[in-house]
Amino acid sequence: MYNQTEILKDTSELGADGELVINMGPQHPATHGVLHLVVTLNGETIKKIEPHLGYIHRSIEKMCESLTYRQFIYVTSRMDYLSSHINNLGCALLVEKGMAIEVPDRAKYIRVILSELTRIASHELWLGAMAMDLGAFTPFFYAFREREMITDIMEDTCGARLTMNYIVPGGLMYDLHPDFQKKVKAFITQFKSKVTEYEDLVTNNIIFQSRTKGVGILSAEDAISYGCTGPVARASGVSCDIRKIYPYEVYDKVEFDEVIETAGDSFARYIVRVKEMNQSIRIIEQLIDNIPEGDFVGKTKNVLKLPKGEFYSRVETARGEFGVYVVSEGGTTPHRIKFRSPGFSNLSVLNHIAAGSKIGDLMASMGTLDLVIPDIDR
Amino acid sequence: MTNEEIKEYISSLAPAATYDETGEWLNILVEPTALKPLMAALRTGKMQMNYLFCLTCVDFKTHLTMVYHLSATTHRQSIVIKANLNRDIPVIETVCDIWRTAEFLEREVFEMFGVNFTNHPDLRKLILEDDFKGFPLRKDFEDPINMIKL
Repeated sequence: MYNQTEILKDTSELGADGELVINMGPQHPATHGVLHLVVTLNGETIKKIEPHLGYIHRSIEKMCESLTYRQFIYVTSRMDYLSSHINNLGCALLVEKGMAIEVPDRAKYIRVILSELTRIASHELWLGAMAMDLGAFTPFFYAFREREMITDIMEDTCGARLTMNYIVPGGLMYDLHPDFQKKVKAFITQFKSKVTEYEDLVTNNIIFQSRTKGVGILSAEDAISYGCTGPVARASGVSCDIRKIYPYEVYDKVEFDEVIETAGDSFARYIVRVKEMNQSIRIIEQLIDNIPEGDFVGKTKNVLKLPKGEFYSRVETARGEFGVYVVSEGGTTPHRIKFRSPGFSNLSVLNHIAAGSKIGDLMASMGTLDLVIPDIDR
Repeated sequence: MTNEEIKEYISSLAPAATYDETGEWLNILVEPTALKPLMAALRTGKMQMNYLFCLTCVDFKTHLTMVYHLSATTHRQSIVIKANLNRDIPVIETVCDIWRTAEFLEREVFEMFGVNFTNHPDLRKLILEDDFKGFPLRKDFEDPINMIKL
């Protein structure tokens, strides 16, 4: 974070060789959260971008050190609030792995269906917001029309629209409601008939294409070196889908393709996310009619104690690889917990892909990284 | 490569390394001074560890431990490198010239644990305010105003 006086000092005058330092954020309509970028410009060309973080730092890692293994899961909903269900899943998987808890098949199926619905909802929000950043207002309403159906399903199922908190170690908090399958099928029908509208409105839009093609190019080697994951890395041709590489829950039983593009520019990142939504629909279609009957939660002890040692679990959120690293001393609370958030690594690449381009292209480069600021600050 | 082969390979690079196979991955504990040459060899040598997916620090009250989770996008094998640091003068060499992602992660460890990374290009606070006192993720950190313990 920056002290206020330093910000004023930096912006007050031009530098020696005509460089201008401007502050983008912390309150800026296109950063979708309190991200502060200090952009050094020479004319219209970006020389350097320096992110200043911490405006919504809530010391989640320190807080988790005094929470039990049942409680700490719910804090993670507040990190990447658009993939909160998948964050919860990553933490539950860690506890289940550490204590060798059996999860019933019914819970596994429901977890995966809800994870994929979460992914679609997250990509829908990104699609609308991204198009709006580039000046197209209509796609925002189109995307939110379908996203609203998912948040309604979430509200009926989990009791919340954004921070689901539906997962407990060993399974789910309570069973599905009777209308679940009917509502999900209605959503699939609706989504399939409307996804072509995005193609017409955004993908084939000549203005959108010329603003994103060739902008913010990231090579495969740099993507790996910067630790980029998720659609950002897959648009550069890096195969990094955790669902394929280290399958968890029932991802090894369903058929889906890992979407990979090779152009590495903003348009490729857009294409990856749109195609991923279709793959998510494909996964849900295979599972929705086959949810097994039975328990929704396995048998666990009342007080969970992880054995002494170190544990790591990872899941694929809408933004990339989310990892949880826990050092346990054998007690009821973790000794140290570290969240490897995908947004943090994806943000670190921003200076690399945007330096040298024009200030107007910054929105396209940054928008397609799909940054969620609470996920970065933690 | 099997764990035995990795051990043999790393012993040839860092003879003082000790191993722990109880966890999910092979854990390798090295001296802080031997870390940088070993990391560079892991990245460019036959193991091709090009993906640093987690870098963090743990406070064990008697010492700090740096933890590096390494993986390779080609053969997908993961190993964990650790180095114990003196809690009073924690100094270790940076790895951000090997993996670019380490630049931000090391800045976070610097402000949260007070670890000094030598040769880091831009070692400043990243998340906390510039005038913040203390190292919040250390176990002995107390802040009576902004309570973070429950």
